[in-house]
Amino acid sequence: MEGDITTMGALIGAGLACTGMGGAAIGVGHVAGNYLSGALRNPSAAASQTAMLFIGIAFAEAFGIFSFLVALLLMFAI
Amino acid sequence: MASEADGQLEIHPMDQFIVKPLWGDGPLMWYTPSNATLWMLLAVLVASGLLLLMTARRSEIPGRSQMIAELGFGFVRGMVESVSGRDGLMLFPVILTIFTFILFANVLGLLPMSFTPTSHIAVTATMALAVFLFVTMLGFYRHRLGFLKLFWISSAPLPLRPVLAVIEIMSYFVRPVSHSIRLAGNMMAGHAMIKVFAAFAGVLGLGAFVPILAIAAVYGLELLVAFIQAYVFTILTCVYLKDALHPHH
Repeated sequence: MEGDITTMGALIGAGLACTGMGGAAIGVGHVAGNYLSGALRNPSAAASQTAMLFIGIAFAEAFGIFSFLVALLLMFAI
Repeated sequence: MASEADGQLEIHPMDQFIVKPLWGDGPLMWYTPSNATLWMLLAVLVASGLLLLMTARRSEIPGRSQMIAELGFGFVRGMVESVSGRDGLMLFPVILTIFTFILFANVLGLLPMSFTPTSHIAVTATMALAVFLFVTMLGFYRHRLGFLKLFWISSAPLPLRPVLAVIEIMSYFVRPVSHSIRLAGNMMAGHAMIKVFAAFAGVLGLGAFVPILAIAAVYGLELLVAFIQAYVFTILTCVYLKDALHPHH
């Protein structure tokens, strides 16, 4: 374990960037939970909305991916 | 993999993603056959071979294998039709190809000692950029400058529209980034996690049944993720296609 202070800062920043994934987790859970509560109220309409569920999850997940991207950039590009 | 060097646990979960030439240790040029090209070729061969085999002896009353092939075909077709509309069906062959390639690359990558081409941003970014460029060109070809209405949200109040246009344009150009990194990141994270648990199992020796159980559970989850990520990549392609065909909000 050796290196300069820039590497240390970059690695700490990469670790901090990963906290953004928690936000994405909240978002994905919110989408899926609301889908489930809606589906239990009206099960006959649930099957037609699964595509919307996955699109919503994908968009919520995108922001977690950006934090992952920031972590990767800090670790390998700076 | 794991080894106990100086009593310190060494884990190399990312070693499985190294692209190596198939023969020798020569420099890696664009034409060098590497493990990435091998597993991409295998994905193409297995996917097309299985689909050809399943539909070789077609009949009015489908047999078991023809049933599975028709199920997959109908699944993707229904997805394209419901998300991007009837006129999106002209691109159905491309979207079916994307879906089957990603699905088979993901699933084949779960074999032990194999390589997952879709875990590399280079591979997924190529597909995402192709989709992005094609969809943008299709939109401009279909609607000329009317395609720019995609960024001009007519249902919003007038003073807000320029602000929203800036946000919409930014989110439009971020699309290929998130589209490609989602697939690559999910594949990479899952495989690295399996390798980390495998390293624990290697260190623990006889007490390794806990990490092995964890590996089995994570592996099951990864099978699901492999399918869901292929599905998500395809459905987002359909969403972008819909935006190009019908840019009016």
